[in-house]
Amino acid sequence: MSLLSYFFGSKPKTASVAKERLSLIIAHERTSNRAPDFLPALQKELIEVISKYVNVGLDDIKVQLEKQDNCEILEVNITLPEQPQK
Amino acid sequence: MTRVIVITSGKGGVGKTTTSASISSGLALRGFKTAVIDFDVGLRNLDLIMGCERRVVYDLVNVINGEANLSQALIKDKHCENLFILPASQTRDKDALTEEGVEKVLKDLSHMGFEYVVCDSPAGIERGAVMALTFADEAIVVSNPEVSSVRDSDRILGILQSKSRRAIEGREPVKEHLLITRYAPKRVEEGEMLSYKDVQELLRVPLIGVIPESDDVLQASNQGTPAIHLKDSDVATAYQDVVARFLDEDRPLRFVSYEKPGILKRLFGGK
Repeated sequence: MSLLSYFFGSKPKTASVAKERLSLIIAHERTSNRAPDFLPALQKELIEVISKYVNVGLDDIKVQLEKQDNCEILEVNITLPEQPQK
Repeated sequence: MTRVIVITSGKGGVGKTTTSASISSGLALRGFKTAVIDFDVGLRNLDLIMGCERRVVYDLVNVINGEANLSQALIKDKHCENLFILPASQTRDKDALTEEGVEKVLKDLSHMGFEYVVCDSPAGIERGAVMALTFADEAIVVSNPEVSSVRDSDRILGILQSKSRRAIEGREPVKEHLLITRYAPKRVEEGEMLSYKDVQELLRVPLIGVIPESDDVLQASNQGTPAIHLKDSDVATAYQDVVARFLDEDRPLRFVSYEKPGILKRLFGGK
């Protein structure tokens, strides 16, 4: 670091960079890593059941587990095709 | 009732074994009958840190396989009356640790009247690390104020919350504590190192202590003396504080702020 930037110190401190990077990656990994192992299997079975009645594909069902304080919310989002099969 | 404490971190080299040695010694110094178990099968090192490497005859895997009984394998510590060490095996067989085996060892220790069992976890998230935390009642997560260590600590917290017996059986969760080691207040002051507040804010676990970065830790391991026994050492004092807080005593944080050396000190040197 040059003498000038020492006096006019404009460089962001590395510790705050570290904190920012960590808070992003930890928040991201908390939601993806802490999802229970059964979610993919649940999604697969839901598709099997629903596709018996309605024509849905793999991408039409989204299963997510969210945690808010002490409450876990299992969110199942199914997009039905516009014209259901008869 | 026996309390099982796991010392864990995810990342290696952050001070798990140093912490296990000092905390188990600290609890024994307070009069509790304590055992410390090395779970790092294949890479045992707790024996060296405790200074009992030449007295190892049987180990954890021998006990699990029924080749020795627990009282044959436990090594009495040379510094503390109430402390016993159960070394890890040097076998390379990763499957040597079984859940039933570990559970039985812990039960037997409980029958022998041990009040605290400290489990020194290996690094990583493999079998040994999971076995070390499976039966824990409390966890001390050791973290350095550094990005990879903090991230790995968060990972291990997730594993504690999903794979421990308490979590699986839906009992009261494992009581988590955060211990920050290798802390350099000067570098924190200069904005070069995450502060203990930053780390705590990121991990959201109650802080049990901050151990300053110090040359004394190497001196202690050189001699095979747990750091808590060192005379006139900040590290020893900091570990004594951690043990006190663990036992619900109130101790203010020390060694977390940096005082600029005065002009005299700068001129004439000195530590």
